[in-house]
Amino acid sequence: MGYHLNFNLIWRHFDKLWGGLILSLELAVLSIAIGIVIGLVLATWYVSAGRVARAVIGAYVEFIRNVPLILLVYLVFYGLPKALNLAYDAPTSFVATLSIYSGAYLVEVFRSGLEAVPRGQLDAGKAIGLTPWQRFFHVRLPTMIRITLPALSNTFISLFKDTSVASVIAVPELTYGAQWINFNTFRIVEVYLVVTAMYLVTGYGLLFALRLVERRFRVR
Amino acid sequence: MIQSTQGGAATHAPLLAIEGLTKSFGKVEVLRSVDLGVAKGEVVTVIGPSGSGKTTLLRCVNFLETYDSGSIRIDGREVGYKDAGGRVRRGERELAGIRADTGMVFQSFNLFPHLTAAENVMLGLRKVRGKSKAEARAAAEHWLSRVGLGHKADSLPGELSGGQQQRVGIARAVAMEPKILLLDEITSALDPELVGEVLEVVRSLAAEGMTMLMVTHEIAFARDASHRIVFMADGKVAAAGPPSEVLAAASHNQRLGAFLARFRASHF
Amino acid sequence: MIGQILYALPFLWHGFLITLAVSGLVVVISLVVGVALGVGLVYGPLPLRLAVRIFSDTIRGIPILVLIFFVYYGLPAIGLQLDAFAAAVLALTLFKVAQVVEYVRGAIASIPAGQAEAAKAIGLTFAARLRYVIFPQATRRFLPPFVNGVTDAVKGSALVSLLGVTDLMHAINQVIGRTYDALPLYLLGAVIYFLVNYALSSLSRRLERRYAFIRE
Repeated sequence: MGYHLNFNLIWRHFDKLWGGLILSLELAVLSIAIGIVIGLVLATWYVSAGRVARAVIGAYVEFIRNVPLILLVYLVFYGLPKALNLAYDAPTSFVATLSIYSGAYLVEVFRSGLEAVPRGQLDAGKAIGLTPWQRFFHVRLPTMIRITLPALSNTFISLFKDTSVASVIAVPELTYGAQWINFNTFRIVEVYLVVTAMYLVTGYGLLFALRLVERRFRVR
Repeated sequence: MIQSTQGGAATHAPLLAIEGLTKSFGKVEVLRSVDLGVAKGEVVTVIGPSGSGKTTLLRCVNFLETYDSGSIRIDGREVGYKDAGGRVRRGERELAGIRADTGMVFQSFNLFPHLTAAENVMLGLRKVRGKSKAEARAAAEHWLSRVGLGHKADSLPGELSGGQQQRVGIARAVAMEPKILLLDEITSALDPELVGEVLEVVRSLAAEGMTMLMVTHEIAFARDASHRIVFMADGKVAAAGPPSEVLAAASHNQRLGAFLARFRASHF
Repeated sequence: MIGQILYALPFLWHGFLITLAVSGLVVVISLVVGVALGVGLVYGPLPLRLAVRIFSDTIRGIPILVLIFFVYYGLPAIGLQLDAFAAAVLALTLFKVAQVVEYVRGAIASIPAGQAEAAKAIGLTFAARLRYVIFPQATRRFLPPFVNGVTDAVKGSALVSLLGVTDLMHAINQVIGRTYDALPLYLLGAVIYFLVNYALSSLSRRLERRYAFIRE
């Protein structure tokens, strides 16, 4: 192994990686935010919906979960604009894709969360005279959010890693930055070592921080 | 105090001899120099408040727990350790051999859920005793019938009631023909109406001369079925002797009195 | 449009076979290696446990895509030449091994301590306890998530198209490159992936129900 590590070129182009990391985080945050809205709305609808609506929501969830993310990314970026006569840039397209993608996973998370709220709590809400909407917003929703926090954290971390797929439509996030340096400097091993470290530190750092947040809100 | 009250057995060395047994979990001393002997054919019951170390004592006898010092001998053979220029933990094979001679029935049954009742009994017979499948099956059927479950031989544990599961647990232990049977609060996890059927099995084993060391909260059963009761408190033997004596001693042993008073309230 | 799809079918079929080959190799190799390492993680000596823990956490902490690029572009730099297919399989396998390790650990950890104690109490040695008591139960708990995880391997295999391996994903892109009509082909591809993976996840659910008795 006559390979000598030389990180100089990596540091010279580090702004590509740093900017890429920031963009990765932005993509992940935006996507999970929209995904949470999709998930909450559909899960809430699902638990009170009739058979047809349930089948439709179920089909969305199953379809997204069983198709590769990269295909969805291509489909939304290359397939939809022409067919629907739309125009959007790559980052927008990716955020839309990852939102729909995370939404499908979060419907399941929220649905099981809603079903895990103890009946007794809802009865207690009834007993003190809360209306159905009040019971939902003040009793069921807050408890459900607390129950689902760990799953939300995990989903967020895995979305952060999934943002690497945005590189295939030239969104300049972290993996794209790595590829750019790879092809322009050929310090291949170095750039991937650095990028691996960046993903690990960010991912586990976030996970650690989120676990602290969870502990504050844990259901007793 | 550790002498057996059974005239005949007392003249021999006890089958199980525990001497100066100490054991700590971290900084907590759970056993503080416990001495206890069980003669062949004797039934000894250990009672005491929770945290008194009685279950730990039982688990040391077949080395599910290690012990720090003192000795446990079955038929004169030290259980967990050997003397090889110092105290050395026995190897896996030796331990397995010693455990095979020490039957144990657990509070939570611990039946193997993927095996039928008969297969639960057969596993040790086949893989430890080296019996053929037919021999093991015959023995399993014999013992399952003995505990009144001959018709459940091919049921999975999940299909049996708690009392039935525990009787399979007993059959699994005694089928190995152990020198001594350890019973660890075997009725504590059962619904009250299922306790009787399990205790009945224990009583019949005692009648046949099975050597037993048991931990139980069933004071009435302990009084009727055991030759000797050992009261443990704070990791030590606080009182021991024939049931009538130990239970009568409650009047001048404050801790024992307090302990039994709780049971009288609920069980007598 | 129907004509286009008919024209594309032989390409897609070939790509589909490559997708199955990649996924199949990844699943089989990672099953063998992952189970061995998983058992090592639970019962092995401390250095081994530590090594497996670090391996698993590292691999699972980075995007699969980065792992694929690292293996494909990075290994030649240190003198190990792999063609795209081998590099893709190696990278996906590394990822899958880490997953299998966690399934195995979880499956063994989910078996109550009383099972091992009862097995000890009837005199079974360590090896016999694993073989007759722990593994049969762990297998029933391992299978549903593992089968479900095969869908991850199939989905992950689409990333190998980026190395130029002509799998289903790549075949779709090639056809689109010739016909310039993207949406129908992506939808067709999505349906194919969906059918394979939906079958696998249904199988997983069935296994889970079938082994439900073991969970008390």
